[in-house]
Amino acid sequence: MSYGTQTPLQRESARTIFQKGAPGRRAFVCPERDVPDVDLGELLPERLRRSQPPRLPEVSEPEIVRHYVGISKRNFDLDSGFYPLGSCTMKHNPRLHERAAALPGHSRLHPLQDPERAQGALELMWRLQGALAEISGLPHVSLQPSAGSHGELAGVLLTRAFHEDRGQARHKVLTPDTAHGTNPATVTMAGLEVVKVETNADGGIDLEDLRAKADADVACLMLTNPNTLGLFDPNIAEIAEIVHGAGATLYYDGANLNAVMGLSRPGDMGFDIVHFNLHKSFTQPHGGGGPGSGPIAVSERIAPYLPLPLVVRREDASFDLDHGQGLAGSKSIGRLRGFHGNYGCFVRAYAYICSLGADGLKDASETAVLNANYLLARLQQHELGNGRRAADYLPLAYGRLCMHEFVLSGAPMKRELQLKTLDLAKRLLDFGFHPPTVYFPLLVDEALMVEPTETETRETLDAFADAIAAILAEAAEDPRIAQGAPYTTPVRRLDEVAAAKRPVIREALD
Amino acid sequence: MLETIGVGSLEELFDRQIPEALRLRRALALPAGLGEQDVYEHLRALAARNTSAEDELSFLGAGMYDHYVPALIDMLTERSEFLTPYTPYQPEISQGGLQVMFEYQTAISELTALPVANASVYEGPSAVAAAAYLAKLHDGRRRIVASAGLHPHSLQTLRTCAHGFDMEVVEVPVRDGVTDADAWAQAIAAGARQTSAAILAQPNFYGAVEDAAALSDIAKASADAAPVVIAQVDPITLGVLAPPGECGVDVAVGEGQPLGNRLDFGGPSFGLFAAREEYLRRMPGRIAGETVDVDGRRGFVLTLQTREQHIRREKATSNICTSQALNALAGVVYLTWLGRRGIVELGELLLARTHYARERLAALPGVEKLHEQPVVREFAVRIDGDVAQVRRRCALHGVNPGVDAHALSGRAEDQGVLLVALTERRTRADIDRLVEVLGAAVAAEREAVPA
Repeated sequence: MSYGTQTPLQRESARTIFQKGAPGRRAFVCPERDVPDVDLGELLPERLRRSQPPRLPEVSEPEIVRHYVGISKRNFDLDSGFYPLGSCTMKHNPRLHERAAALPGHSRLHPLQDPERAQGALELMWRLQGALAEISGLPHVSLQPSAGSHGELAGVLLTRAFHEDRGQARHKVLTPDTAHGTNPATVTMAGLEVVKVETNADGGIDLEDLRAKADADVACLMLTNPNTLGLFDPNIAEIAEIVHGAGATLYYDGANLNAVMGLSRPGDMGFDIVHFNLHKSFTQPHGGGGPGSGPIAVSERIAPYLPLPLVVRREDASFDLDHGQGLAGSKSIGRLRGFHGNYGCFVRAYAYICSLGADGLKDASETAVLNANYLLARLQQHELGNGRRAADYLPLAYGRLCMHEFVLSGAPMKRELQLKTLDLAKRLLDFGFHPPTVYFPLLVDEALMVEPTETETRETLDAFADAIAAILAEAAEDPRIAQGAPYTTPVRRLDEVAAAKRPVIREALD
Repeated sequence: MLETIGVGSLEELFDRQIPEALRLRRALALPAGLGEQDVYEHLRALAARNTSAEDELSFLGAGMYDHYVPALIDMLTERSEFLTPYTPYQPEISQGGLQVMFEYQTAISELTALPVANASVYEGPSAVAAAAYLAKLHDGRRRIVASAGLHPHSLQTLRTCAHGFDMEVVEVPVRDGVTDADAWAQAIAAGARQTSAAILAQPNFYGAVEDAAALSDIAKASADAAPVVIAQVDPITLGVLAPPGECGVDVAVGEGQPLGNRLDFGGPSFGLFAAREEYLRRMPGRIAGETVDVDGRRGFVLTLQTREQHIRREKATSNICTSQALNALAGVVYLTWLGRRGIVELGELLLARTHYARERLAALPGVEKLHEQPVVREFAVRIDGDVAQVRRRCALHGVNPGVDAHALSGRAEDQGVLLVALTERRTRADIDRLVEVLGAAVAAEREAVPA
């Protein structure tokens, strides 16, 4: 079924930059070859040379600008509308951060500049390390990991090094069935084995199951708290006791840190290792999927294994890179990437922490939790006009309150309205909203995971709740409308099965 | 709002969810918040205490390079539509980002002459480790043979990750500036069918252009069944250097920073990752693919997602969750801006200027070439004197002559070695100035230290 008419963007067909331009057209003017003429063939023998130039586009600057500005309009973005993508913390990105990061003193600073001539950068990193230590309640920080997943890899390798140093070859890592997919994937890459822990009826870790599985082969328990159901596990102290009692470490996936900044600290909960997602909690623009940054903070007993180098302050108050002479010694797991980490992200995260300060960070988390609970309540209470309420179709999966996000189950909606969570998500696109995360966590049938963040207004939350209610009411009349959605987007539902079956992942050129 | 929720206070919302013993009952020990202007001034003051490539005549390289970034890249990467969305989970409203990925993949595929490329990974050295993991998934073997010509950070990252992959790294020494071909052959052949990956860098850490085709041939012809041949490439050199796909290389990875990305004190940038078709379903990271919508309109989606962590969890081909989309956007716009002829012209310019700089420097007393191999945009010289002292003397004249190789690699044989990098921003006049200042510094150093 079709609904409405074609939008202007739909009338434009997708043509790549490789399909535009003409031979000889160009934007780049090469600087003059101002050195004495040499025979390039002599400098580079033929067998080492490229025979045919790569078939890059041949386009002018105006064409490039038109092309990319044009296709940019086929993106939805956070600056244009509500983006309640669960576990992704799509909070407002202040433009100050972009301006600060672009200052040549930051953006044109070479990573191998001598420490004495990069004092501003090292001081910024040192201050950021200190702030992250304070927020997490863990004393030692490495800024090196490039993203949350990379921080996880660092964390599991640290755990392995910790146990190996004690002569123990512990090979199991416990993860709850609510865990982000990166957790089990990381465990495998670090050479360990995943063992799943069950979730109890309240949405937390099943303590009985944990006790049964926490044996002498367990290296670590990886946990998100609040977890991916948006619930703070009230048994966390006991969980830590069980895990530590078994001689294992406790790892904190910081994806949901935005719920607890200044309110509760992973270090105080008993965690040994934490990774941060600077792009989430500390508002790095998400860039369409990267870059991110995934620093880690660790307890004293893990510190000797941290990746190197670390940023330190010397006795004379100067800042330096410690390549292993100091604290970390020779037990470091080594390096995880080139240079010092994603400094451009550090500048933005540090700017954010400076802007908000101690009270502001706490306020951000409080407001994030308030917004989530308000939206949850609005959604649950919404009257649909047919004697039913939204909660009848989209009940909260676990608990009654939530932290910074919540998970609804679309199972009744699917059963009674023939509307899958995917249909609801696609119909939301026509209402101008980015849908929540769908089909995660896996243990909730037809899951819808909503994280509004603290930077949304009450009016926006109300409008979103109204849109969901309107879609449910519409579906009660005629489910086919949502089943065929979206209608107004640059393209409509895409054939993902065909794309995977016969992958076309680049433009074919003559 | 509290009334709607059904709680009496904000406090109650937390009291009912977080056990009292775990509540932080004090303020975070952080400074109070500041207004925008004050934060800007603070960050400007920190920036002012850095000596950037704007403030001195810099020949620093060794992995990241001070290339000119055209203004249109700033304009495009600052657009809200590219800057502020997340991973394109909803393709109907993410066609812009997905098309950029598709175009980026095409450009990287063209540049490397390899048929498939992903939408990028974190950065260069971790891409090397990711390629080694792909090799392990491909053949299940445990041995990585890596040339000592790889950047020290790549080798160190590889070792860190190899421990997790349960693989060992065997390093092949460099002779006359390039990978020792005999040692390379022996290392690969050692132990029947054990070598999973053979990794080289092009150009290598010492700036030398390797005979990548010969090294690939040796690997493939090894008595040991052929390992996956991996090359870490510098993409800016691929306008003039034979591309990995034409040298028998199976997987090409590299640091993408030279392509339109800022130095940013080392990141964020992107890692390029391209391979032969047979490795497609074991590649890490996001991949955009072409398809059609219900009306038959052309569109793009994330594809082959059954490789990925959010679907396959512990059986995923990698734990990586996103690409470096914004940095890869800068990369593809840069390549488009250079264009088919520009990438060759730029490569030839670098070739000519690097040759000029190398010959001029090597003519100085107390300075000699480390090797006679061809170079494109970076070269190594051995200095008669302490490199750190020489660099310090140069700094007094506003010249940063390059990277102290020993400080980076820690190898005894790298003592006295200086790596000098060129970009199109360093003119002949700049090179002449380097020659003058470095020559004086080396002379002064030799005088100061009696032979």
